[in-house]
Amino acid sequence: MQGVWQWLGTWMPHLMLVPIVLPMATAALMLLLNEEQQRTKTILSTGSIALGLVVAVALLQWSDHSTTPSVYLTGNWIAPFGIVLVLDRLTALMLVLTSAVALAVSVFAMARWFKAGVHFYVLFQFQLMGLAGAFLTGDLFNLFVFFEIMLAASYGLLLHGSGRLRVQAGLHYIAINLAASSLFLIGASMLYGLTGTLNMADLAQQIPLVTEADRALLHTAAGILATAFLIKAAVWPVNFWLVPGYSAATAPVGALFALMTKVGVYTLLRLWTLMFSSEAGASALFGGQWLMAGGMVTMVFGSIGMLAATRLTHLAGYAAIVSSGTLLAATGFGHASLTAGLLYYLPSSTIAVAILFLLADAIDRWRNHGASLVDLNDEEAPFLSHELVAADHTNLDDEEQALIGRPIPAAAAFLGFAFLLCTLVVAGLPPLSGFLGKFAMLTALLSPLGLGHPLTTAPPPTAWLLLALLIGSGLLALIALTRAGIRHFWAAHERIPPEIRLTEGMAIAALMGLSLALTLHAPSAMRYTEATAQSLYTPRTYIQAVLQASPVPNPPAAAAPVPGAAP
Amino acid sequence: METVLALAIGVLAGSGVWLLLRPRTFQVVIGLSLLSYAVNLFIFSMGRKGLAIAKEPVLRPGIPEDLAHYADPLPQALVLTAIVIGFAMTALFLVVLLASRGMAGTDHVDGIKARDAQEMP
Repeated sequence: MQGVWQWLGTWMPHLMLVPIVLPMATAALMLLLNEEQQRTKTILSTGSIALGLVVAVALLQWSDHSTTPSVYLTGNWIAPFGIVLVLDRLTALMLVLTSAVALAVSVFAMARWFKAGVHFYVLFQFQLMGLAGAFLTGDLFNLFVFFEIMLAASYGLLLHGSGRLRVQAGLHYIAINLAASSLFLIGASMLYGLTGTLNMADLAQQIPLVTEADRALLHTAAGILATAFLIKAAVWPVNFWLVPGYSAATAPVGALFALMTKVGVYTLLRLWTLMFSSEAGASALFGGQWLMAGGMVTMVFGSIGMLAATRLTHLAGYAAIVSSGTLLAATGFGHASLTAGLLYYLPSSTIAVAILFLLADAIDRWRNHGASLVDLNDEEAPFLSHELVAADHTNLDDEEQALIGRPIPAAAAFLGFAFLLCTLVVAGLPPLSGFLGKFAMLTALLSPLGLGHPLTTAPPPTAWLLLALLIGSGLLALIALTRAGIRHFWAAHERIPPEIRLTEGMAIAALMGLSLALTLHAPSAMRYTEATAQSLYTPRTYIQAVLQASPVPNPPAAAAPVPGAAP
Repeated sequence: METVLALAIGVLAGSGVWLLLRPRTFQVVIGLSLLSYAVNLFIFSMGRKGLAIAKEPVLRPGIPEDLAHYADPLPQALVLTAIVIGFAMTALFLVVLLASRGMAGTDHVDGIKARDAQEMP
C-alpha cells in the first residue's frame, strides 16, 4: 500500500491534468479516423473513459488521504497571476461521479444510439473534458471557458439523431445558454473590476476588503453570476428548457445531461462557500436565503411536474429538477452537516436519474414493439384515434384474460427491477441510498449539532419547511413513479418480451450496482462527504493551498563556460 | 466618455433583450448578437481603474509601471476570449436556426405557426 502511495505521489500534481487532457486527446484522435471505423472509435472512446475512471478513483483516494487540496500551476505561474487547477475532495467526488456515469452511458450507447448521427463519441469526449475542467479549475474565467466547451459539446449531443423535436428543443436550449453565458461574463468582469482578481482563492481573500461603497456593487455582481449558474442548475423559473430538451435528446445523452445540472450546483457550492463564507465580513452568507427559496420553489415545481408527466423521459427530467432543487435548498442553509448529507444525496440522485433516462429508452422501445419512437404529442389522448373514437387495438375494459401462470420474461423482470430501484432512490424510501441521503439531511436539519447533542434552540421555520418539502416531494415522486410503473409493467398485455442488448443491460446493471455500492458502503461514503463539507466551510485551507503553491524551480542553466578556466 | 459608453451598452443591451423576446428565430439570433456586443463593451469598461483613455497596455521606459499610467490589459484579454467564443456559438445557433426553419417550415421559435403568422415563401 505504501508503495502505491509513493508511486502515486511521483505522478501527483500532473495526474490532475489527465481528466482534461485524456478526453481531449482521445477526441482529437477520433476526429482523424474515418466515419466507417466505428468499431475502433467505440473501443477507443470507451477505453479512454475507463482509464479516466481509474485516474479519477486514484485522485479521489489521493485527495482523501492528503490534508490540503492539491494545486497544479499551469504554465508554472504562481497563483493569482496564472490559472490554477485545484483538486480537493469535492472536485474528486464530482470527477468520479462523472466518469462512472459516463462509462455506463458510453457502454449503453454502443448498442445502437451512436449510429444515429456523426461524431457521437467525439462530442461525448469533449463534453467530458468540459465537465472535468469545470470541476478542476480554480479560476473564474477559466471556468467560463470550460463551461463553453461543455455547452458547445452538449449542443451537438442534444442535436444528435436530429429530427424536428430535437432541433426545436435544441434551439431553446442554445438560446437560454447563450443568454446565461452573457450573464456569466457580466458577473465575472464586474467581480474583476471590484477586486482585481479572477482567481477564486484570491477572490475569497479580497471580498472582505471591498469598501462599503462598493459592497452593493459586489452583491450585484455575485447575484448576476449566480443567476448564470442557477440557469444551469435548472432553478425555477428558468428551467423551462430542461424537460423538453432532456426528453428530446437520445437516451444516453439524456443520462449524461443528468450530470449537467449538477455542474451548476457544484459551482454554486464551491463559489458560495469560498466567497461568502462566514469569514467574508459584511458579505458573510450573502444570498443564502435566495438559494434556499429558489431551491424550495424548484422542488415544488419539479414534484408537481412529476405528477403531471405522462412520459417516462419527462418524468426523468422533472426528477432531475427535484434533485437539483433539493440540493440548492440544502446548500442555502450553510450548515456543514447538512452539506454532508446533500453531498451524499447528490451522486445517488444523479445515478438514479441517469438510470431512469436509460430505462425510458428501453421501455419505450418495448411499448412500440421494437419500433423506433413514435412522435406522440402530449395533447393527444393515447387511447383514441384521430377521429376521437376508441382505437381498435387498445382495450380499456377488463375483458382481457387473466395473466396468471405466464412466466415473466427475464428482460421484463430486469427492467422492472431497475425501475423499482430508481423509484426507491428518487422517492427516498428505505433501504437505498436516496433514503440515506434524505435521512442525513433531515437529521442535520433537526439537530444541526449532530445526534446526541441536545437542542439549544428550536429549528428555524425554514428548516421545518425544507423538512416538509423533502418528505412531500418524496411522496409525490413515489405516486408518479408508481403510476408509471403500473402503466408500463403491470398493465401491459399481449406484448412481445422486451429486447435489450447485452451492452444496454450491462450499462443499466453497472449503474444499479453503483447505487447499491453507495448504499452498502454508506458509512465510508458519509465519512468522506462529512470531511468534504468540513473543508468547504473552512475555506482558509483551500485559499492557503492555492496562494502558497510554489512553482517548480527552473532547472539550473547549463554551467556557463567560465572565461579563462579552459586551458 | 463614460456616459457615451454607458449609453452604448444600455442601448445595445436593451435592443438585444427586446429582440431576444421576439417570436422569430432571426430576431432572436440578432438579439443574442447585440447582447454579446453589449457584454463585450461592458467587460472592456471593467478595468481595475475604470476606463483608461489614450493609454495602451504596453510598458514604456521611463513611465512608472502601475495602472495609473497604463490601461488594464486583463479585460482586453478577457474580451478577446469572449468575442471568439460568442462568435462561434452564434454561428452554431445560426445552423440550428436554419435546420429548424427547414424542418418546421416556419421561423417561429416554437416551430409552430402562430395565428397571425405570415405565409413563408
